[in-house]
Amino acid sequence: MSNAESTRQPFDPAVLFKALFLALVAIFVLVPLLATLLGGFKSLGELRVNPFGLPSHWKWQNYADILFSARYWQLLRNSLIISTLTVTLTLIVASMAAFTFAHVRFFGSSMLLSYLTLGLLFPAATAVLPLFIKVRDLGLLDTYFGVALPQVAFSLAMSVLLLRRFFKDIPYELLEAALVDGCSYIKFFRYVTLPLSRPILATVGTITFVNSWNAYLLPLVMLDTDALYPWPLGIMVYQGEYSSEWHLILAFITLTILPTIILFLLAQKHIVAGLTAGAVKG
Amino acid sequence: MARPVASVPAMGGAKTSFSPLALRGPSWDGRFTVLILFLPPALLLFTLFVVLPIGEAAWYSGFNWNGFGKPTNWIGFDNYRFVLETRAFWLALRNNGLIIAVSLAVQLPLALALALMLAERLRGAVALRMLFFMPYILAEIATGLIFSFVYDGDYGLVASIWHAFGAEPPHLLASTDTAMLAVLIVIVWKYFGFHMMLFIAALQSLDKSLIEAARIDGATRTQTLRHVVIPLLYPTIRLSVFFAIVGSLQLFDLVMPLTRGGPADSSNTMVSFLYNNGISRMRVGYGSAIGVILFAICVTFAFTYKRWFMRDE
Repeated sequence: MSNAESTRQPFDPAVLFKALFLALVAIFVLVPLLATLLGGFKSLGELRVNPFGLPSHWKWQNYADILFSARYWQLLRNSLIISTLTVTLTLIVASMAAFTFAHVRFFGSSMLLSYLTLGLLFPAATAVLPLFIKVRDLGLLDTYFGVALPQVAFSLAMSVLLLRRFFKDIPYELLEAALVDGCSYIKFFRYVTLPLSRPILATVGTITFVNSWNAYLLPLVMLDTDALYPWPLGIMVYQGEYSSEWHLILAFITLTILPTIILFLLAQKHIVAGLTAGAVKG
Repeated sequence: MARPVASVPAMGGAKTSFSPLALRGPSWDGRFTVLILFLPPALLLFTLFVVLPIGEAAWYSGFNWNGFGKPTNWIGFDNYRFVLETRAFWLALRNNGLIIAVSLAVQLPLALALALMLAERLRGAVALRMLFFMPYILAEIATGLIFSFVYDGDYGLVASIWHAFGAEPPHLLASTDTAMLAVLIVIVWKYFGFHMMLFIAALQSLDKSLIEAARIDGATRTQTLRHVVIPLLYPTIRLSVFFAIVGSLQLFDLVMPLTRGGPADSSNTMVSFLYNNGISRMRVGYGSAIGVILFAICVTFAFTYKRWFMRDE
């Protein structure tokens, strides 16, 4: 019935307007992305006369040169190390704290929780100069940990909140029964809470990973040695060196955002879940 | 493994108590172990790397200090005076205001319109949602570089449009008149998908029976939208406005690859102003004063907004 209706009036102006509007937004989003991908296949000369069309001659060489360079893999490796450190530490530290806040009653519990969640309000940039001095005084300047530890600290507020809300839904009777049977809190945490919480751990982990993978300011301030740079710093250096050789820069950008896009396609469920549960950006 | 059942009667009249666990000897020990093992790492990291540095920023802002040795040259509130006397600071503040304005006036309405079109679980709708969300996943640095290509006066899209009209293309990012406008367009490109996703999630969890009831009562589509759907979305809209403003105040990564705050400070945000003046020149006191001002603005805004607009949540 409704099908018949929609085929009967194919020129509904509202539908046409909607389609046009969506197409315009899609073009607005796609053109810069496609131009970047395709630009990497062009020569500099062609880029100048034809920045947005298909390349007349596909120069795979631009991409190959980067893929076979040690520099590209070093950047990815550094990013991977920093992000993995950040995610692992965040998950361990935040889940332990969230478990305590969810299941252990103690004096000052709600005060400490609000203290931690104040972190949602603090812009990292405010503290970045004293943070630099602190990290320097701790001897962590120019190390992976010097970037990862502050990142963990700044991701704690949101992670603890999300995890605690989830942990609280694990039936209290389960914990009670386990304790009566002689199971300790710690064993319960390890063998019941964590396995039951895989979805939320994946969500918190993915969001933390993406934030850390894309981070620029903290690594910029804490790292001095090129060899330790994660890719956002590395790509800025690369762009500085090749200033107007856009064909190479575009190929480099494409290859550095590729892992992000793959990760997004694999984990989009978790990313969207974490975001709608309350990310602070935009 | 199981503890002797004998320990259970020891808890006596626990059944009447509010929390039976609180009265049990062994579980108190267990709780204590958890408390001293599980809580300190989080509290320590948070205090050390988030709370203390903010306090220290307030302290350092009273010194004329380059970050080496101990701060000794106390100058009181002079750093704040210097910041407030800098024209570039007011430019940065104005730019943050512009970013907020564009976020609220362009980005959120666009996101809402798209969400209303794409909330259904149709195939094309899901694909478009993913596409529109893609810019949000990209790093700010990558986004900025992509658009510095788009805006490039020799190679970019803008240049080729101008060439098509036979005119000499402008260098948008290099002119004080256009740099900020160019940055604002990138901001919309990058973040509208985030807000769209928030709205879609909210739309999908709406109580559909209210909308159906309105339709049955004879409301047109537009009326339903105006008087039922949008009001039901208010909590999400308020949240979205909050994120947009807090995010706008902290914008930095996107500006660096595009303009670095230039030309002539015309596209600085408060954070890029902080970076350019405090960090790259290691003027710790001056930079900290900027940080404290930014902190004060963010916290004042957050508390006021929560109090006025988000009381029920």
